[in-house]
Amino acid sequence: MKLYLGVDLGSTTSKAVLIDEHERVVGRGITNTRSNYDVAVEVARRDALTDARLAEAVRLLGGDAPAVVEAFWLIQDLRRLERLRETCRATASAMPGEGARLAPTVDLVLTRLADEADTLFSAAARGRGSFFRDVVGARFHALAEEVCRRGDVDFERLLGVYDRAILEAENEIVEIPFGEAFAAAAARAGLSPDRRTSAEAIGWHVARTPIDLAGFVGTGYGRARLPFPRDCIRSEILCHGLGAFAMRPQTRTVLDIGGQDTKAIQVDERGLVTSFQMNDRCAAGCGRYLGYIADELSLGLHELGPMALRSKRPSRITSTCTVFAGTEVRDLLSVGEKREDVLSGLHRAIITRAMSLLARSGGVNDELTFTGGVARNPAAVAALHDMVEAHYGPRTINVDADSIYTGALGAALFARRGVPAEDLEEAKECTGCSA
Amino acid sequence: MSNVRKEPSMEAQKQMLAGYFGELARAKEERRPVVYTFVPGNLVELLAAFDVAPVYPEVNALQSAMRQRSGGFIREAERAGHSEDVCSYVKCDLGMMMKGNVGPTGEALPPPDLLLLSFTGCFTFMKWFELLREQYKCEVAMLHVPYQGAGEVTPEMRAYVVEQLEREVIPKLEKVTGKKFDPDRLREQMVRSRKAEEDLAWVFRAARQRPSPIDAYFGGVYYIGPIFTSFRGSQAACDYYAQLRAEVEERLAAKAGPITPDGPLEHEKFRLVFEGPPNWTSFRDFWKVFSDEGAVAVASTYTQVGGTYERGFRHDPERPLESLADYCLSCYTNLSLPNRAAVLADMVKGYDADGFIIHSVKSCNSFSAGQLHLLREVEKLTGVPGGFIESDLVDARYYGHANIKNRVESYLQMLAARRAGAAAPGAPALAPEEVRP
Repeated sequence: MKLYLGVDLGSTTSKAVLIDEHERVVGRGITNTRSNYDVAVEVARRDALTDARLAEAVRLLGGDAPAVVEAFWLIQDLRRLERLRETCRATASAMPGEGARLAPTVDLVLTRLADEADTLFSAAARGRGSFFRDVVGARFHALAEEVCRRGDVDFERLLGVYDRAILEAENEIVEIPFGEAFAAAAARAGLSPDRRTSAEAIGWHVARTPIDLAGFVGTGYGRARLPFPRDCIRSEILCHGLGAFAMRPQTRTVLDIGGQDTKAIQVDERGLVTSFQMNDRCAAGCGRYLGYIADELSLGLHELGPMALRSKRPSRITSTCTVFAGTEVRDLLSVGEKREDVLSGLHRAIITRAMSLLARSGGVNDELTFTGGVARNPAAVAALHDMVEAHYGPRTINVDADSIYTGALGAALFARRGVPAEDLEEAKECTGCSA
Repeated sequence: MSNVRKEPSMEAQKQMLAGYFGELARAKEERRPVVYTFVPGNLVELLAAFDVAPVYPEVNALQSAMRQRSGGFIREAERAGHSEDVCSYVKCDLGMMMKGNVGPTGEALPPPDLLLLSFTGCFTFMKWFELLREQYKCEVAMLHVPYQGAGEVTPEMRAYVVEQLEREVIPKLEKVTGKKFDPDRLREQMVRSRKAEEDLAWVFRAARQRPSPIDAYFGGVYYIGPIFTSFRGSQAACDYYAQLRAEVEERLAAKAGPITPDGPLEHEKFRLVFEGPPNWTSFRDFWKVFSDEGAVAVASTYTQVGGTYERGFRHDPERPLESLADYCLSCYTNLSLPNRAAVLADMVKGYDADGFIIHSVKSCNSFSAGQLHLLREVEKLTGVPGGFIESDLVDARYYGHANIKNRVESYLQMLAARRAGAAAPGAPALAPEEVRP
């Protein structure tokens, strides 16, 4: 397989996309961007490669595929969970004085967690955009509380063990040989003996198929940290423009609201950027702002949008400065405004700011594609629809379920189309991208 | 800092500047009257004809910023009640004054005998001098310079300014110096001004060549230093510009690029025109954002705020007062937006630029108001896309390096992609051989 890799190292999530010579997406990987950027990129890249092999194996297998795919990823999660358990044990045992009591308790919590793994990690329960850390963290918290209530171990101490262990565990790259994992998935999915034999053969065949990375391009907030040659790095503005254009070829304007910045981009009929504007130094009105507000209100980030949509009378929020808005939210709540109204006002404030950047970049004259983490927030999407229509008249606004991969897709397309051969020669020296 | 590369003329300029601040420190002792005035529309030949010492508050502010001292001065002014939104040049100057008026080189600046406001295109200048008048209780001379709203200097506008020179500015100078105005001394200054102006204009025009031997923005701010301030009309300025011209001639003959702080720029990849003043607090980093990418400024509007020499303006000893009037009226920031768009478009075309950058500074409304409109107009006039970045003059709080770098890199990659058309659908893959890195 000759493939091209695009990596988008964002401030919140790291994404990798693999495309083939016909520019079809064959694999994707995503992970939360940890303090360790290098690991985040490596995890996303490996996941994308595994995803590409899985897609190929599933294609060869035919039928029964969704069950095998789900089982395949569950096996990966179980392996991670096992590593977490080992790390927790080691961390607890190493704690002077308390180790003897903490270690069995943390083990008990993780055993219970493992018992629920099938349900916990099922695609439906896990939902889009939740990472191993999110899924495990919430359940560990609940189970630990229950166990500690009945025992003599301090809950906070137990959480301390977990917090240390998860940092270590998630910065460790866990990989099961593809053939082995696929065979195990086929067994777990309950395939007939014949088909299991066939799946095993396919798994080992796909595992042996060499993947040649014929090109790669990195982009995103942390792109300077990528172990790529200088000419294999592209600005995320260009990548988002081209990625959005590839997903929706009628796109002429792209609005990307990510964790740290907001970009309004105009592209031409080839997907080339003709003009762009982005926010100034502070991350006002970006994903981080919503994260901050979610913390202020003790809500999950994913709960903000649906709650804001329940509002009948949005509050008027005058500030998009993250810190000032936090104060304003507290003030409004203290005078009795409803949470949904305040949240609705906040979403409108974010989009008002984005509208200004859109206007500065040249306006919305045709189809607009909305990308970035904030595009997954239904209240932000609704506010954008309202305001674009009010300012520019009816316009098609595209919001793809997979829009989070837009930048990585654009990067992969640049890799496929434009990296000069001498840079690829130079890249042979690069150890960070080995397939 | 010892490994910073400099042109020999830059070293000469450093000496000139040190001499200038030394002269200011001795001015009171030598009973030399002191005049505070601003760079745009400055009447330095007239001041030299009266042998007064000129002080330029904006120059002090930018020099303080380059020495990382502006932040403390700004905070001092803000503690005294000046809003965060007030021009940072003003606050830097006021803060410096509050802390004893010690100049950028560590020597004390003398208090003014006269505040000479010779350009009113910047409304902030008036308020700034009002504050200084309150502090120093000294004479003020104000020259009202009409805005070039209709896009030209009319005979009436010129006559109006000349009349004010005769009735307001010269009598005030005579009063504070006790000397009679001598038109011949003014003419002598102007002969030397003209010579230096010719050399400077030649240096800037050299950027029309490929590769450009100069950086007309980041290097350009050094080139304009002497002529925009107290040296215009002096023999020192004539010598400096002759030396600069010889250096640039040498680089031109060798087809060498400009000297950046990190050494000569060897591969000119992008030719850019710049609009707006630079950031001074992170000047070197700001320059490096461009030079690292092989981007060279081939022309800039900021280097025209103290004289539009590339566009042909010269001081004329045959008509001294009229030419001073034309000088004040022709400041770049006194031009209307359509005129500024035309100047920028001429630069983009005349210097065969790949693009243009608008650096919008928070402090300066004279520059920044209407710059987005300017961006679109210049794009229309030239068909070349512009890039937009934002920071401030001397307030480091408004300079976001990562953000600027991101925007500039994105902009330059956009220019490169458009040049190559590499992202066109169906473009061939460029990797015939398989590579396993």
